[in-house]
Amino acid sequence: MKIRHSNRSQFKDSQITDESVYHNRRSFIKQLAVAGGVTLASQPAQASFLDWFTDGKNETSNNTKSRQLAELNYQKDSSELKRTPYDKVTQFNNFYEFGTSKTEPAEHASALQVNPWDLKISGLVDKPYQLGYEDLFSQFDLYERVYRLRCVEAWSMVVPWIGIPLAKVLERAQVQNRAKYVSFKTLYRPSEMRGQSSRFIGGNIDYPYREGLTIAEAMHPLTILAVGLYGKELPNQNGAPVRLIVPWKYGFKSIKSIVSIELTNHQPITTWNQLAPDEYGFYANVNPNVDHPRWSQASERVITTGGLFEQTRVPTQMFNGYGEQVANLYKNINLKTNY
Amino acid sequence: MNIVVVKTLIHSVCLAWLGIEYYQAITDSGIADPVEQVIHFTGKGALNLVIFTLMLTPLARFFKTNKPILVRRLMGLYAFFYAALHLLSFFAFELAFNFNLLMQELVERPYIWVGAGAFIILFALAVTSFHKAKKLLKKRWQSVHNLIYLGVLLAWLHFFWSRKADLLEPGMYLAVILLLLALRWKKIARIFTLKNTK
Repeated sequence: MKIRHSNRSQFKDSQITDESVYHNRRSFIKQLAVAGGVTLASQPAQASFLDWFTDGKNETSNNTKSRQLAELNYQKDSSELKRTPYDKVTQFNNFYEFGTSKTEPAEHASALQVNPWDLKISGLVDKPYQLGYEDLFSQFDLYERVYRLRCVEAWSMVVPWIGIPLAKVLERAQVQNRAKYVSFKTLYRPSEMRGQSSRFIGGNIDYPYREGLTIAEAMHPLTILAVGLYGKELPNQNGAPVRLIVPWKYGFKSIKSIVSIELTNHQPITTWNQLAPDEYGFYANVNPNVDHPRWSQASERVITTGGLFEQTRVPTQMFNGYGEQVANLYKNINLKTNY
Repeated sequence: MNIVVVKTLIHSVCLAWLGIEYYQAITDSGIADPVEQVIHFTGKGALNLVIFTLMLTPLARFFKTNKPILVRRLMGLYAFFYAALHLLSFFAFELAFNFNLLMQELVERPYIWVGAGAFIILFALAVTSFHKAKKLLKKRWQSVHNLIYLGVLLAWLHFFWSRKADLLEPGMYLAVILLLLALRWKKIARIFTLKNTK
């Protein structure tokens, strides 16, 4: 066996370091920073000046903006997909309730109070019920699911979510046979969600944000209600305290900060479809063969560690690579017209 | 203020800002997506610079001085430079140098046509911005450079179109652009009447 003393030439630290170590390194560096700038300048090659610069900046924002996120108990996923680093997952978000740029959610979502929370499961069910904030983490077994997330804007991430299969949540309410669709709503609270209080900040969307699935999609084992990522509760900007994850659909289907799950017998109105029906369909399955009117969906840029010159663009997979599990849901549907 | 000082200042701000953005993006420090960062920065930067350039003539008129005119070409050229980097960054970093994909996007996307139209105008103005070109084109030089009024509108449309739903920022930009065009309404009206009588 060939033993290498160092693979630094191949990888950056952040590409091979797991998250806990990565964070410990920060506190290590922080201690050094307290000790004084001279020490910093002379520290070994482990962390370059630049790393210190980046991490320091992120840490400031973490300290001042985020609430304490509790660690969760869950069954691990053994997936070997290369995960998008925590900082990218939590600082590059589309959550128009807090502003339309990718960085605004991380800046402004701390205004949202997630505890107490009230998630209602209602509509065509025999036993409607509600889940409070604590219930989200204690009433069901939690599972880690490492999923690809493909945004309709042609970028993608890999995120280790922690959540509950949606089917389990629905089954508890005893869904009636008449139910054909599931309708979801995000919290409407303009006092804490700045995008809802001004149509200029919130991108002219008719809030609350709404999404929907067919009953078969909602009951599919891949579909989860996520309550955490990277081992901890969801940060607010990622849709705390509970959001939908449907990994074979474009990201906008995975509605955040949900307060209502309603079973219906008609196809629910969904926000982006309502706003631009020619660009965003109800199904919104990831499909490299059906382009967005303004850009190609055939390939995607992978958001991961690395600067401008380390970008990777990969072909987009049908159903985001989950075709084996979900293609049968769409046997009788024309995916070109039902995009 | 000395014109050399002003020009040095313009060079410094335009280049240093660009330097900082690209440095951060290349080293992946402090921004979530370096690609989006540089594409948005250069695109919006180019639009801003075109708008600043269009402010110079009205300023000169209002204050009855030729000083702003002395930096007009420089500002215009920086607008073109930013636009060129915008295009290059889109091709290099967003499309990962995939030439077929670029061609496909150029053919199929109206919002890219609009941006390309604005870029072609900026390019035409940049290559005819020198004294020699001015002498060569004579009277036609001014007509060529009047294309900037179309260019700024195309650039704005491209910017507006690239947004998913946002209104505030493009709205403010449009208000400023329309104001700047309104300040030239006589000239613009003349352009149209000339065309109609021909």
